[in-house]
Amino acid sequence: MDKHKYSKKTITKLKRLSSLPVVRALAALCFVVFIGMIFNADGAFFKWDTHRDMLRHISVFGILACGMTLVIITAGIDLSVGSILGLTAVLFSLFSIHLGWSPFFAILVCLLAGLGCGLTSGFIIDRFKIQPFIATLAMMVFARGLAKWVSGGQKISTAVLQPDGTYKYVEAPKIFNFINSKIFNENMAVVTLIFLGSILICWVILSKLRWGRHIYAVGGNEEASKLSGIPVTATKLLVYGASGFFCAIAGICQASQEIQGDPEAGMTYELTAIAIVVIGGTNLMGGTGGIGLTLIGAMTIGYLEKVLSINAVGEASRLMLTGVIIVGAVLFQKYRK
Amino acid sequence: MTHIEKSFSGIRVLDNVSFDLKKGEVHVLAGENGAGKTTLIKIISGVHTNFKGDIFLNGRSVHFLSPSHAARYGISAIYQEMSLVNSMSVRDNIFLGREITNSWGQLDFNKENEISHEILDRLGIDIDLARPVGFYPLSIKQLIEIAKALVFKSNIIIMDEPTSALNSVETTYLFKIIKDLKEKGRGIIFISHRLEEIYRIADRISVLRDGKYIGTDQVDKLPSHNLVKWMVGRELKEQFPERKSHKKNKTLLSVKNISLNSPNKEHKFKEANISFKIHSGEILGIAGLQGSGKSLLLNTLFGTYGKVNKGKIILEGQNYSVKSPKKSIHMGLVLLTNDRKKTGIISDMSVKENMTLACLEKFIKLGWIQKKKEQRIVRKNFDFLNIKAVSIDQLISNLSGGNQQKVVLAKWFMTQPKVLLLDEPTIGVDVGAKHEIYKFMNNWSRQGIGQILITSELPELLALSDRIIVLHRGSITAEFKRKEATQEKILQAAMGE
Repeated sequence: MDKHKYSKKTITKLKRLSSLPVVRALAALCFVVFIGMIFNADGAFFKWDTHRDMLRHISVFGILACGMTLVIITAGIDLSVGSILGLTAVLFSLFSIHLGWSPFFAILVCLLAGLGCGLTSGFIIDRFKIQPFIATLAMMVFARGLAKWVSGGQKISTAVLQPDGTYKYVEAPKIFNFINSKIFNENMAVVTLIFLGSILICWVILSKLRWGRHIYAVGGNEEASKLSGIPVTATKLLVYGASGFFCAIAGICQASQEIQGDPEAGMTYELTAIAIVVIGGTNLMGGTGGIGLTLIGAMTIGYLEKVLSINAVGEASRLMLTGVIIVGAVLFQKYRK
Repeated sequence: MTHIEKSFSGIRVLDNVSFDLKKGEVHVLAGENGAGKTTLIKIISGVHTNFKGDIFLNGRSVHFLSPSHAARYGISAIYQEMSLVNSMSVRDNIFLGREITNSWGQLDFNKENEISHEILDRLGIDIDLARPVGFYPLSIKQLIEIAKALVFKSNIIIMDEPTSALNSVETTYLFKIIKDLKEKGRGIIFISHRLEEIYRIADRISVLRDGKYIGTDQVDKLPSHNLVKWMVGRELKEQFPERKSHKKNKTLLSVKNISLNSPNKEHKFKEANISFKIHSGEILGIAGLQGSGKSLLLNTLFGTYGKVNKGKIILEGQNYSVKSPKKSIHMGLVLLTNDRKKTGIISDMSVKENMTLACLEKFIKLGWIQKKKEQRIVRKNFDFLNIKAVSIDQLISNLSGGNQQKVVLAKWFMTQPKVLLLDEPTIGVDVGAKHEIYKFMNNWSRQGIGQILITSELPELLALSDRIIVLHRGSITAEFKRKEATQEKILQAAMGE
């Protein structure tokens, strides 16, 4: 009789534990890692290099997802992240390769450009009460056009067009090599550190700052927030600004990795960023979620792609499988009660 | 139904409850919030299907699988949470899920219109059937909700707090309909927190407390003090605590010739021209029917709809130009809204976070939240207001209505206001918590806070206010001192006579 009671208590405890979003997100991640351990491609999965490359590969998406998390917690969405990434990648290459600016200025101007794009979306959303989906869709198209206009439709690479019509190859600035390098005995990519830094910044924003409390409040109940004296306009504006800012960071990383500024860069990245946030368990309805979940979501998607690629699964099957697994992961998140 | 048991995630919310309903009677189900009334009626109407015990309908055992299944057996319910689609028209809402079609399968609008008109007439409302429901205020929505249940000629009609959004005239219409239904032999299960209403309408009363069945009796054999004792499990000596006036001579807020703002920039009361004064420590009651502009008045003062174009507001001797809720809160003028779910709480947040929402500034250093300080001050207020929750980190949505309301009151009290605007502070709150809220209000008066009170329960208004002004179509038609005010006088003035 007593034993029965005890086990019942344990079950309720486990049930309560399994209803936590973090636990559910971790379960999905563990599942993917577990699959990787079984289909380990002759031990390739157990090498650190595989994990390092996974992290490196997911970093740019992850940085985009950081800003996206803030936006989604306010019950918004930002479709323009891929285009802003493309724009800032072009700008960064233009400034540092062609114009020979110092890295400091190039980075500063790019970050400001990203911030500006985000604030513009936020302003349109708040001032004219346009749905975030529509406003950022417009920004997505506009920023892509701007990237093509600035670059003349060409990739901005180390081949610089001379006045006489010939190309002269210049050396890529050191900053490109640095961002693209791996440190700690080649064990950690710099972009991954930038990604983790972005996560840390968002964590501070969401759980330590007043602004973070306001972000959750606005996403949870905008009307009640307004009536409690919360500056709803400023909160939303800054959230989209922050998203644009993180896009610029991602754009700089992307340009460094490719050693060029491709105006087409970042196409469909917004979808991956949203997928990362949602798989982590942050609700698209706003008001709940967190940046830790996004980190887990990013790793889940990263491992998923890695496991499929080291097992040489063809691209067609890979995409189909990814689609199925996204639905599975989100369904898994949903069944909590 | 007999021996009903129901558990949610391991917590038993109904424990061995039995209940019966006869033909042609109104059976009131009473009890505090969280007593299990709503759960019980959701079992009867087929919303909750997983429970222990048996239900017998006309002597035959039944087990409903869904609300539509229950509806086929003639059981329909009007829930507290509204089941209307705001974007659809009144008519489409009334017939939602049981549309009338002609032999071709096309919707028969004429017939639907005809039936809708007839039922809405009986409810005493005249509205445009083609307008979307979202256009209408809460009270009309509640009546549409009732119309929806009446279209279905059900044998058993369940009403879960149908009057909480209605004024006394609308309630009278509803009660007339209930009497009508009774005569036709229908059975009605009725839930209400208002004792006065319970005694107006009930044939029998059953009481639940903490999920347990306490008892059933004929209404004339159960005087109100016994009923309250059954409900709270102890004797509440009086419904209202003793009230001494703490009114001082210092004028706190004076309002001169202001107009009323409203949402969507649509000015309903162009002629409105309102002036009144409130003193330190005074509770000023505002009476008026639904749509008299009393709620608009509080929202206008608070700045919900932006600037006030006309008139003058003087707060503690200083001219105050209303701009936004943020500025009003800063100036010490705060509003408790009448729709807790929509504009009061943030349900994804914890009790603590909800409490500090409006006074977060106090715990901020360079943009960082000082969590320890926040924790300490929240805990103090949490204990003081006697909020029943597992911890201050519990989600507010898991609390009962009364405790949620206490959290919202704490939120406003923590901003250290000078004037508290209270729009229906006891709506959807059980008897015990109501009593506590009255005591807090007395306490605040003693501290010199001025309070403006709106409530649709007249006894409450009479018991708490030092002075009462009556609004009718956006203008003040009468003012009464505490001693002179009676329900009759107020109602007369409210109807513009």
